[in-house]
Amino acid sequence: MTAIALLRIRNLVAVVMLAGIYSLLSAGLFTVMDAVDVAFTEAVVGAGISTVLMLGTLALVGRKEKAPDRHPVLPLFVVLVTGAALVYGTLDMPRFGDPGNPIHHHVAPRYLEESGHEIGIPNVVTSVLASYRGYDTMGEITVIFTAVVGVVLLMATRRRRWPGEGKGDDDGG
Amino acid sequence: MEDRVILRVGAKILIPYILLFALYVQFHGDYGPGGGFQAGVIFASAFILYALIYGLAHARRVLPLELATFCAALGVVIFAGVGIVTLLKGGLFLEYGVLRHDPVHGQHLGILLVELGVFTTVFGSMVAFFYSFAGRRTGRS
Repeated sequence: MTAIALLRIRNLVAVVMLAGIYSLLSAGLFTVMDAVDVAFTEAVVGAGISTVLMLGTLALVGRKEKAPDRHPVLPLFVVLVTGAALVYGTLDMPRFGDPGNPIHHHVAPRYLEESGHEIGIPNVVTSVLASYRGYDTMGEITVIFTAVVGVVLLMATRRRRWPGEGKGDDDGG
Repeated sequence: MEDRVILRVGAKILIPYILLFALYVQFHGDYGPGGGFQAGVIFASAFILYALIYGLAHARRVLPLELATFCAALGVVIFAGVGIVTLLKGGLFLEYGVLRHDPVHGQHLGILLVELGVFTTVFGSMVAFFYSFAGRRTGRS
């Protein structure tokens, strides 16, 4: 419901608010599925920070979306074909929630059984993120750092006007 | 929003608890949901709230953009530094067990430091993101 409304509304402030609500609903869904760490991240990042950042962006670009001037038949076709291919791909996957799935037999049992005395931390998610998958987490924060370098270089520096540049263009860096 | 008394007072009451909650999430990540990432975002959101209510100029006096970007870099340095230290102590990269004599204690210390690195990077990045986007607006802040 929220997602459909997201697509139909042209007032971007309302869209941002709906996106935040959508994130919050997903967080609730994750909580129901017992993934509290994911739910926490979704609530904090998806519903919290990204809403603020998107509102900050709207303050820069205006709050109305232009109505499309073409009929989206070809994009719709491409999306439908891709979606059908993806659904067809899922038919080969093991059934959802089946205890015999490969994902439950690969490394998960070892994490659940061994991390108690290998790491000694009750929250297995933290053990996995910080210790077993330390490389990945380091990659993640490097990605965030790279993003911040890009954003600060693009956005936070004062716009410099070169001598030959006209005054008409106002789209920044 | 200089003249909204309710917002100003409300924010003033809320901000310390937001900061405290972020620290709780950070250090309680070993036992409950949460960790460096979430804590960093919550900690940053306190500063963002302050900037929204009291204006960007005040917030920048409390925490300049340079400091925020420095934090973002520092976190990566902490994280990678832990890896280097474990290398120097004869372990593999990010093998926390060698940090202490008891591997489990080493794991505790390593995870604590690494989460601190994540926290610092995420906190600095989020504040820097917000400053960058909000700072583009000229005139009103």
